[in-house]
Amino acid sequence: MAGAGGRAPLGLRRWLSSPAPAPRVCVVGSGPAGFYTAQHILKHHGGALVDIYEKLPVPFGLVRFGVAPDHPEVKNVINTFTQTARSERCAYYGNVTVGRDVTVPELQQAYHAVVLSYGAEDNRVLGIPGENLPGVYTARAFVGWYNGLPENRDLKPDLSCETALILGHGNVALDIARILLSPLQLLRKTDITDSSLAALACSKVKRVWLVGRRGPLQVAFTIKELREMINLPGARPVLDPADFTGLESAVRDAPRPRKRLTELMIKTALEKPVEMQAAAAAGAAAPREWGLKFQRSPQEVLPSADGRRARGIRMALTCLEGSGDSAKAVPTGAVEELECGLVLSSIGYRSLPLDPAVPFDSQHGVIPNSSGRVQGVPGLYCSGWVKRGPTGVIITTMNDSFDTAQSVLEDLQGGVLDTSPPREGFGLVESILRSRGVRPVSFSDWEKIDAAEVARGKAAGKPREKIVDPVEMLQIIGH
Amino acid sequence: MAHSILGLLRPLRRGLNGSKIRLIFLCGVTEQHHSPAKCWSERGFSSTQGFQDGPEESSSKDQVTVHFINRDGERLTTTAKEGESLLEVVVNHNLAIDGFGACEGTLACSTCHLIFDKDTFQKLDAISDEELDMLDLAYGLTDTSRLGCQVCVKKWMDGLTVRVPMDVSDMRKQLEVGKQSKQ
Ligand SMILES: Cc1cc2nc3c(=O)[nH]c(=O)nc-3n(C[C@H](O)[C@H](O)[C@H](O)COP(=O)(O)OP(=O)(O)OC[C@H]3O[C@@H](n4cnc5c(N)ncnc54)[C@H](O)[C@@H]3O)c2cc1C
Ligand SMILES: NC(=O)c1ccc[n+]([C@@H]2O[C@H](COP(=O)([O-])OP(=O)(O)OC[C@H]3O[C@@H](n4cnc5c(N)ncnc54)[C@H](OP(=O)(O)O)[C@@H]3O)[C@@H](O)[C@H]2O)c1
Ligand code: FES
Repeated sequence: MAGAGGRAPLGLRRWLSSPAPAPRVCVVGSGPAGFYTAQHILKHHGGALVDIYEKLPVPFGLVRFGVAPDHPEVKNVINTFTQTARSERCAYYGNVTVGRDVTVPELQQAYHAVVLSYGAEDNRVLGIPGENLPGVYTARAFVGWYNGLPENRDLKPDLSCETALILGHGNVALDIARILLSPLQLLRKTDITDSSLAALACSKVKRVWLVGRRGPLQVAFTIKELREMINLPGARPVLDPADFTGLESAVRDAPRPRKRLTELMIKTALEKPVEMQAAAAAGAAAPREWGLKFQRSPQEVLPSADGRRARGIRMALTCLEGSGDSAKAVPTGAVEELECGLVLSSIGYRSLPLDPAVPFDSQHGVIPNSSGRVQGVPGLYCSGWVKRGPTGVIITTMNDSFDTAQSVLEDLQGGVLDTSPPREGFGLVESILRSRGVRPVSFSDWEKIDAAEVARGKAAGKPREKIVDPVEMLQIIGH
Repeated sequence: MAHSILGLLRPLRRGLNGSKIRLIFLCGVTEQHHSPAKCWSERGFSSTQGFQDGPEESSSKDQVTVHFINRDGERLTTTAKEGESLLEVVVNHNLAIDGFGACEGTLACSTCHLIFDKDTFQKLDAISDEELDMLDLAYGLTDTSRLGCQVCVKKWMDGLTVRVPMDVSDMRKQLEVGKQSKQ
C-alpha cells in the first residue's frame, strides 16, 4: 500500500491533485449492491466515473421486484439511488445483459475496474419428487408475479384451494403468507400489479401453514415481520404452545434479537384469541388463519388421484442435533402428510455464474472473493448477494457494498489498479452493443417509464401501476 | 412527493455533484405504514409538520449542541433545534455519515443506529416495541443503542455526544491502520 499521508487517505483532496486520468469503474446490476457500491466510490473519489449496467430496462433490482408492495417505506432507498444515478459522474445503462450482450472481458477492456453486483436470480430447489407438479411454485416466481417482474408476469398461480403451505421460515415466506392473507383493501393501495390483485380477489386460500425443518429457535425471519403477521387484520395466528415448551428459559441468556423473537412467538402461542372467538360466536365469516409448523422436512409433494396436480405434501419429522443456529435437523423416521392444494417453496434464492471468465463457487453460489476482490482476477470485484450469498436485508447489503467500494478505492490509491492508460468506458461498450443490435435504456428513459407508471397508478389510487411487459416499456421511450 | 425529499436532497448536499440546495425537510410525511418520530418541542410544534428555516434562523434558546463521533473517530459537532429528530439533525446539517437514514425515518432500515452513553440513554423517552424490533437488526447493537430517527432533541441534551457504530469496511480500515502502524 502506498503510504498516504494525512488522516483521510481516501479523501477527495488527494484525488483532486492526482494527475492520472479519471478512473472508469463499471458496476453490473442496479440493485442495492450496485447502487451502494457506486455511491461509495463516487463519494470518496472525487474524479471516478461510474457506469451501471442492468439487464432489465428498469433499475433497483429486488427493491422493485422483491420488497413487498405493502412495505413502501423500505423502497425509500430508491430516492438516494436516484440521486446517485443523476450525478454527473454516474450513468445508467438498462436493457443490457452482461454475459450475453457484452462479456465481462469486454467490460474489463473498457473500464479500469468492474464490480459484479448482479444478485441472485435463481432459487434453491428442494430436490424431492413432485416438486414440479402444477400447484407448486417457487417463492421467487410468486414474488416476481405479484411484483410485476417481467419473467413471472404469466405465472397465474392457482389459488382455488383453501390451504396453502409455504416451505421455509424466512422473511420471504412471511411476505408471501401476508400477501395471501391480507385484506384486499390494504393491498389495493399498494403498487401490487393489477392482475395479481384481481387473482387475489378470487383467491379461496384461507389457511396458510409455514413449515420449517428445524425448531422455533432456528427460524430465519425477523421480529418486525412476525409482529406484522400477528397483527394482520382478519387473520388469526395458530401456534401450538407445545412447540415452545421450555424455550423461555432456553433464550433467557440468548442475544436480544433471538430472545425477543422467541418471546413473541411464545406469547402469541399462549394468548387466547378472544376477539376471534367472539367474532366466530357472533357468526362472523370464518376468519383466515396461519400457523407455524416446526421440525418437518419436505419429502414428497403428493399428486392428486389423476396425477395432474399437487394435493398435499409428505414431511419427515425431525429431531435436532446440536443447538442454536448450527443445530441440524435429522429425520426421526416418522412421517406426516398434510393436505394442501398450493405449495410454495421459500427455501432461498441462488446466484448463477455470469461469464466463463469469472470464477464461481457453485457449492456456495457465490463468486469467491476477499473483501470483494474476486479471487485471481485483478480489477474484478463483487458486492451484494452474489458476493455474500442470498441472505441479508438492505443494510447488510449496504455494508458489504461499502466494503467492496473500499477495496476498489484502496486499489486505485495503492496503484494496484493501473489507471494511467485511459479507458474508453461506455464509448467502447456502445459500439459493441450497437454491433449486436442492443439499445440501452438511460436513466432519463427510466424516468419516463416511471412517470408513466405513476400516472397509471394515480387513477386507481395506487402509488404506481407497474408496466410488466418490457416491450411496452421500450415503446414508452420510443425504442 | 414529500416523503422523498430527504432522500433526494441528502446526496446532493453531500456534494455528489456539488450543488448547494437549501433543504426543505418534511419529516415522516405519513404513508399508512410509516412510523415517523413524533417529536414535540416545548412550544408544541411537531417536526412532522416540517420547517423551512435553517438553524441559524432560530433563536439561540432553542439551540442544542450535539456531537456525533463518526465511524472513523472524527467528531462532528452541530447545533440542533429542539424538537428535531437526530436523523433530521444529520440530514439538515449535511453531516457526512455514510448511508445514514436509508428509509428516511420510517422505521424500516436501522441505518440511523446511534450509541449513547449510559446516563443519557436512561434519560431518553421509552423505546417502542417497533423501534426495538428494528434495532434488533442493527449492526453492532449495544445495550445503549437507539435509532436516530426516533430520538428527538430536547433542551437538556445540550452537549450530547452520540457514537455512530462501525460497519464492516470501517473495521477493516481500522485493522489496516493498526497493521500499518505496527510496521
Ligand atoms: C422477496 C424479497 C423481499 C425482500 N424484502 C426486503 C425488505 O423488506 N427489507 C430489506 O431490508 N431487505 C429485503 N430483502 C433483501 C434485499 O432485497 C437484498 O438484501 C438486496 O436486494 C440484495 O441486493 P443485490 O443488489 O445484491 O441484488 P438484487 O437486488 O437482486 O440486484 C441485482 C440486479 O442485477 C441485475 N442483473 C442480474 N443479472 C444481470 C446481468 N447478467 N447483467 C446485468 N444486470 C444483471 C438484476 O436484474 C438486478 O437488478 C428482500 C429480498 C427478497 C428476495
Ligand atoms: N422484510 C424484510 O426485511 C425481508 C423480507 C424478505 C426477505 N428479506 C431478507 O432476504 C433474505 C432472503 O430471505 P429468504 O426467506 O429467501 O431466505 P432465508 O432467510 O435464508 O430463509 C430460508 C428458509 O428456508 C429454509 N430452508 C433452506 N433449505 C431448505 C430445505 N432444503 N428444506 C427445507 N427448508 C429449507 C431455511 O431453513 P434452515 O434454517 O433450516 O436452513 C430457512 O428457514 C433474508 O436475509 C431475509 O431476511 C427481508
Ligand atoms: S432511518 Fe430507517 S430506521 Fe431510522
